[in-house]
Amino acid sequence: MTKKQKKMVKRLIVSAVLLAAGMILEGKWNVVWVLFLLSYLAAGYDIPLKALRNIRKGQVFDENFLMTVATFGAVAVGELEEAVAVMLFYQVGELFNSYAVGKSRESIAALMDINPEYANLLRDGREEQVDPYEVEVGDVILVKPGEKVPLDGVVLKGNSSLDTKALTGEAMPVDIQQGETIVSGSINLTGVLEVEVTRLFDDSTVAKILELVENASSRKAKAENFITRFARVYTPIVVILAVILAVVPPLFLGGFSVWLYRACSFLVVSCPCALVISVPLSFFGGLGAASRQGVLLKGSNYLEAVANLDTLVFDKTGTLTTGKFQVSQVIPAEHGEESLAAEKLLEVAAYAECHSNHPIALSVREAYGREMDPSRVRETRELAGKGICASVMVDGAWTEVYLGNRRLMEELGIENMQEPSAMGTTLFAARGQNYLGCLVISDTIREDTRKAVADLKRQGISRMVMLTGDREEIGRAVAEEIGLDESYGGLLPADKVTKVEELLRTKQEGTSLGFVGDGINDAPVLSRADVGIAMGGIGSDAAVEAADMVIMTDEPSKIIDAIAIARKTVGIVKQNIVFAIGVKVLVLILTAMGYATMWAAVFADVGVSVLAILNAMRALRYKRQ
Amino acid sequence: MKKIVKLEGLCCANCAAKIEEGVKKLPGIQDATLSFMTQRLVMEIEDGREEEVVEAARKVADKIEPEAEFRVIR
Repeated sequence: MTKKQKKMVKRLIVSAVLLAAGMILEGKWNVVWVLFLLSYLAAGYDIPLKALRNIRKGQVFDENFLMTVATFGAVAVGELEEAVAVMLFYQVGELFNSYAVGKSRESIAALMDINPEYANLLRDGREEQVDPYEVEVGDVILVKPGEKVPLDGVVLKGNSSLDTKALTGEAMPVDIQQGETIVSGSINLTGVLEVEVTRLFDDSTVAKILELVENASSRKAKAENFITRFARVYTPIVVILAVILAVVPPLFLGGFSVWLYRACSFLVVSCPCALVISVPLSFFGGLGAASRQGVLLKGSNYLEAVANLDTLVFDKTGTLTTGKFQVSQVIPAEHGEESLAAEKLLEVAAYAECHSNHPIALSVREAYGREMDPSRVRETRELAGKGICASVMVDGAWTEVYLGNRRLMEELGIENMQEPSAMGTTLFAARGQNYLGCLVISDTIREDTRKAVADLKRQGISRMVMLTGDREEIGRAVAEEIGLDESYGGLLPADKVTKVEELLRTKQEGTSLGFVGDGINDAPVLSRADVGIAMGGIGSDAAVEAADMVIMTDEPSKIIDAIAIARKTVGIVKQNIVFAIGVKVLVLILTAMGYATMWAAVFADVGVSVLAILNAMRALRYKRQ
Repeated sequence: MKKIVKLEGLCCANCAAKIEEGVKKLPGIQDATLSFMTQRLVMEIEDGREEEVVEAARKVADKIEPEAEFRVIR
């Protein structure tokens, strides 16, 4: 609690005691009004003062003014006790509001407490504590156990494990070794690390994320705009009704003080804050809950859009699949003149690809996995669009090895190549004109993709489409394997935009379309979709900038969490709006007819806001299934 | 030019909405949003008029919520 809040608590306790004493002594003591007056002053002496100050500044209909007029009115009609109680409860409500808002602000600030305060810069072998802003690219910094990694870089020396929970929502620490890249904002747990800085603080992961989070609530949801617009007309209307109520009925029915009392109750109900506060508080809680799961949203409007997701479009490579190529099958020729063991075939292929940096070559060498002796290869030639040819030392003799696609084999006069069943790119190998066999290289599907797709279906996403630049057949095979209904292959980045636009036209009214990509080459599509979702946000600026929602890890299943959080948040917002407006209107009607006292009016203002805030706080809590 | 202001101690959600509305109407402002929860007022201001507009925004905030401290972040 802040100092101001603590002082308020004391004032309210004093006020409550005086009020209770007054109620007990009522009728027994003829100057009991002194107690009520003191109680009123203890709770709300500042309210009329603020009202006066604001009127001087030209602000008339604020809640200070409304409360002042309402309580003075109650006093005027002889309801001293109620005037005091209204003021007391109003202040209790205000205190609770500011406490709840403060708590909520704090908890999210703590969640996002990734901002590093300093960096240990190594200069001429000496260590110096500096502001992360001052560190240049190429500088070497020291990160000790327990410290936040201040800047992005590469580990030069040491190994350790890192806690990336604040960034990714992942509780398991990540092991890091020499030569690996390290991301700012994570916490070094065990060993001392010497890190060469690769990016200035302004461009670092942590700065990008902070920027995103801090600006998150500046894009407002429709519900938020609705409630502020509603409040703008609500208060003046109720105030006008109160004036009418105080003046018109007494002219015909008499009983001036009864109607004045009712009019005062109207003024108490007319305060707009209860309505307005619960909506942004709920959305803020939702954004917080999402970031705790490692999902960052750029505004509460996207929470609404995510809650309405009905169509999801996925990019294949790097999103549903890892984007890393792996040798998935090695098939030696069965009837060739030379039958090789699979191991041998892989060795020959790896040597032929020894000097190439093509991703396919890398995957072949990785699959071979042993130390290579470059002197066993000579005269490597690239055969554009077909493959590669190299002289490789096999079993003590130099042999001409061809490695490439079907066309290359056909040119060599080889027939009867195998038709591998696995999807992916097939690489055929031949020694001279003798066919050796083939390797299948494919992109691997992410571990949790299949489950994510099934769960998304269960969550009610009615249409899921995969887009890929890969061949149509490969796309279809992948889509089938992970359980997607539709896939379109052979698409250039521009075709993806066209396709998404087409899907946007055919989606159902009131629902939204999300595009999930990895931020590489798909920025235009990300911005075209209702919700652009980028995966693997860590270390990828493009993704963080282009997307509306960033999943910090590589797990497509996080979309499910985001949808669940968004739906819960939007549900809470709707409950709050309906509840608050409903109770207020009901109390206004009852008051006008004389069935409700000022106590009910206080409940309609303060009670409703307390309940709405408690409900809003639920948005922050989310448990992953 | 983008200007960001923190309104420390902003405690009334409706006032936040009123301040946002008031700032939006200021001449020289292209767009403004005030988030009640983060207490940040983000203004998009015509180039060259930053100082004048920020001053006007300060007056708007002070008129509606005098308790909030108006601090220009950047």
